[in-house]
Amino acid sequence: MDSDTIIACATPPGEGGIGILRLSGENAVDWLQLFFKPVARVALLESHRLYLGSFVDNAGVLIDEVMSVVMRAPRSYTREDVVEVHCHGGMVVMRRILDQFVDAGARLARPGEFTLRAFLNGRLDLSRAEAVIDLIRARSDSAGRIAAAQLDGSVSRTIHEFQMQIADLLALIEAHVDFPEEDIEFADQQQLLRDAGAVQGKIDHILNNFDSGRILREGLSVLILGRPNVGKSSLLNVLLGEARAIVTDVPGTTRDTIEENLVLSGVPLRLVDTAGVRDTLDPVEAEGVARAKRKIESADLVLLVIDGSCPVTAEDLLALEACRSAKVLLVRNKADLPESSLDQRFSLFPVVTISTRSGVGIEPLKKSIVRLIGGDQPSGEAMVDVIFSDRRHREALVRCSESISRFVEALSSGLSPEFLALDLREALQALGEITGETTPEHILERIFTRFCIGK
Amino acid sequence: MTTYGSEYRVIVVGGGHAGCEAALASARLGCKTLLLNMSLDAVAQMSCNPAIGGLAKGHLVREIDALGGEMGTNIDATGIQFRILNTRKGPAVRASRAQADRRLYAERMRRVVENYPLLDLKHGVVTRLIIKNNQVCGVETQEGIVFLARAVVLTTGTFMRGLMHVGLSHFSGGRAGEPASEGLSDFLRSLGMKVGRLKTGTPARLNRRSIDFSRLEPQYGDDPPQPFSFLTKKLDRPQVPCYITYTNNKTHDLIRSGLDRSPLFSGVIEGVGARYCPSIEDKVVRFPEKDHHQIFLEPEGLTCSEIYPNGVSTSLPSDIQLAFLRSIVGLENVEVMRPGYAIEYDYIDPIQLYPSLETKAVEGLYHAGQINGTSGYEEAGAQGLIAGANAALKTKGEPPLVIGRDQGYVGVLIDDLVNRGTSEPYRMFTSRAEYRLLLREDNADQRLTPMGHAVGLVSELRWRHFEEKMANLRRGEERLREVRVSGADRVSIERLNLGELKNGASLLELLRRPELEIGDLLFLDETLAGLDTEVLELLEVATKYEGYIKRQMEQVERFRRTEGVLIPEGFNYDIVSGFSTEVQEKLKKICPRTLGQAARIPGVTPAAIAVLSVLLRRG
Repeated sequence: MDSDTIIACATPPGEGGIGILRLSGENAVDWLQLFFKPVARVALLESHRLYLGSFVDNAGVLIDEVMSVVMRAPRSYTREDVVEVHCHGGMVVMRRILDQFVDAGARLARPGEFTLRAFLNGRLDLSRAEAVIDLIRARSDSAGRIAAAQLDGSVSRTIHEFQMQIADLLALIEAHVDFPEEDIEFADQQQLLRDAGAVQGKIDHILNNFDSGRILREGLSVLILGRPNVGKSSLLNVLLGEARAIVTDVPGTTRDTIEENLVLSGVPLRLVDTAGVRDTLDPVEAEGVARAKRKIESADLVLLVIDGSCPVTAEDLLALEACRSAKVLLVRNKADLPESSLDQRFSLFPVVTISTRSGVGIEPLKKSIVRLIGGDQPSGEAMVDVIFSDRRHREALVRCSESISRFVEALSSGLSPEFLALDLREALQALGEITGETTPEHILERIFTRFCIGK
Repeated sequence: MTTYGSEYRVIVVGGGHAGCEAALASARLGCKTLLLNMSLDAVAQMSCNPAIGGLAKGHLVREIDALGGEMGTNIDATGIQFRILNTRKGPAVRASRAQADRRLYAERMRRVVENYPLLDLKHGVVTRLIIKNNQVCGVETQEGIVFLARAVVLTTGTFMRGLMHVGLSHFSGGRAGEPASEGLSDFLRSLGMKVGRLKTGTPARLNRRSIDFSRLEPQYGDDPPQPFSFLTKKLDRPQVPCYITYTNNKTHDLIRSGLDRSPLFSGVIEGVGARYCPSIEDKVVRFPEKDHHQIFLEPEGLTCSEIYPNGVSTSLPSDIQLAFLRSIVGLENVEVMRPGYAIEYDYIDPIQLYPSLETKAVEGLYHAGQINGTSGYEEAGAQGLIAGANAALKTKGEPPLVIGRDQGYVGVLIDDLVNRGTSEPYRMFTSRAEYRLLLREDNADQRLTPMGHAVGLVSELRWRHFEEKMANLRRGEERLREVRVSGADRVSIERLNLGELKNGASLLELLRRPELEIGDLLFLDETLAGLDTEVLELLEVATKYEGYIKRQMEQVERFRRTEGVLIPEGFNYDIVSGFSTEVQEKLKKICPRTLGQAARIPGVTPAAIAVLSVLLRRG
């Protein structure tokens, strides 16, 4: 399989603890030495020994004090050279360290890839095959959901635009190679340089502003859903610890969605309070309900709130129906009032019982939210995927930008188009992780649409 | 039903470009082979333009030649104009193209086939196959004659249920003046194969005497002409020019006036045509802003009267054809010898084949050429050679010859077909090859002749020639490394215009300089000067493009890692819970032979490949 040197975050994220980044592959040790400056001067990092030192960026500026360990092949988990960097687990620091390695050439590991390598390299017993498959599948599914949730994000959309623009460039180049006999005019070098420069400018602009990223900036979306007046807005306020949403006893007060940011156990969240779900004739409120339903599709978690003190109503069922395909945590509010029995249609979900009035159950609720968003995995690996998912976008753009630089250089030195195509193909391949593959068919399609070609 | 007395090892159905290569390859491997054609007089016909080669297609011909095929030798012997395209670009995308004397090309190929040991050419219109236990064992012709064999190669071209269109008239036929083949595609459908319908077309043929060439720009071939075959030393046939003219607005108006009687635009034609081979009416409609389209007038032979107008393929009614042609400069008084036409025909989706080109449905049955949805003589010939060789190898109990995507355009072609299938006529382009910089015309023999030799396709003569060339290449590499120009050698330094050369330099280091060519260095070493131009070019390419070649070699190395992981035959995808239903269905349908092939199937995810690699490792 691949022999790339891969990197991933090996510990669940959270404020205050130690965070570990792990690399595996033949370049791992070399790259560590680019950034890690041990306190004690050593000629060689010994295998299986923990060193204290500073981690600097490529300009030599300190990022964090860290401990690093090198585990040389084959005495490592993957039987390849493995490097770990133990840093102060804050997300910002970990992401900056990760970015350094990606800029040096490391590839973000695919779901389950460390374990896959361990298995393929004979480190794990053959009888563990099923377990390895289960891990790969579970983590791929979770990564797939995250990717789907981000498809709508502005970075994803921009990357798709880049793909189109680079594919257009490649089509021009390929037409030049494959159809020398045709009576068509080709773009001149200056035009190609301008087009490539424009794309690269935009990519670099995004890269320069990437450090906050969507997830850290906006958080994972947690949607609060339920029929009117079950206490959704109160729940939002309790979680935030202050009164932000309008709270009244009149059903339907929250007519639009309200969004607030919150950090739980180091995981940045975006709480979204929605209009209550009910059939309504009020056009303003109806619009709110429609928006809520759209939000459900992109939510990382839905808190379905019901009134635990009274039987299920038709509107509760409407809310249930709306979040059928989402990940749901059932929240039974009003524990301060006498409890009514739970309708079995709601018993499929994990449930917490709370009172927004008395504050009962709020801490268990917070724990459940973190656990569910982390994909039920005690290792927290899925949560790492979530938090670092925007790093895949960044990685794709870094590689793409490198390829375009090579293209521009080759073009300026007057190289024949088939060499230029090599660089553009690599640029498209880099984006392919996000956008899907750009096949030769796609390029040919562009050529035939643009040029009148054929005997 | 009569069983024909002698039994063959391999039967090839169809004597076009795929069929001839298939039959010759099978016979070359020592198998008694029968080539059945609908007409003994229509072997190796060029139904469309009288030319061989072009971008990617020239590469295919060089590969056919490197594998011991006939196409290269045949065009060398019958070509009337040879050109290298893209001479101002890098070596990987330079390509040979030649105009053929159509009649001589076909005659010579027929002669080769007829005289080849172990190969019989016979007339026969095959309507069904004889199949026992899912294994092919012969064919039956419309006359009721049965020929038995252990493997069969179908190369049906445009003949299966061929339907020709000129304007709104349509009639059954496989090519101008020849009947269609009825029954065979229905038979294949009855075996559960997916049969599709494609469309292609050809322009009118013009009478040479009615064209005013004095008003047209001639296009000459190269002087001296370069041959296709690695074995051809020199071309000494007379060379003739083509001529260039253009359509104009009047032409386009006339074409538009006939669209209501166009089978293409009135919806009569159902088959899917190729985007890269549009008819002139298609071009006029799709690109209304273009006020002219280029036409090459290609002679169909040295002595024959027909001229092929490349660029105006059409299925418009014949009165419109004549009118629009006569609106073109040089063609004011042109006489049409036969009208252009469109043809629809049945093909079998090639996704139903293994990389050996054997069908998954019937053991011992192989498909090659247009039956697989491809277009082009070269694409057909390349598949024919592989299918014929593999049919023969199968009967000998030997593993099939499968060319990798990193080894040849033949490999790219077949890999694309079997993994992706095709829904329009598939033509080769260099952009389809991800390792394009390595797949050059000049090194086709280095890439493929050893493989061909290993299975027995390459003659002793060719092998000796190849080994000698490789020995010369090694000698040249050695001289480049070892011979040095010392800093004190003022004469040489001055002659090469080097300026300062303090510590001296090897010839290799000098050749790396952009301003020096290998020809400049020959005076420095006698051995080098004594090498063939061919070998010198190889040395130059390897040195000048070292960086890029190395980059592609690294990509190839990655590719080979997964390509080397075999998936056992009959691997059971049902028992695994690790795949989505979609991925599982795709894998079951394609039955990939390697992990790499599985990864190239559209829709198979990296996660599925990871799961598959775990399963294969577990065994």
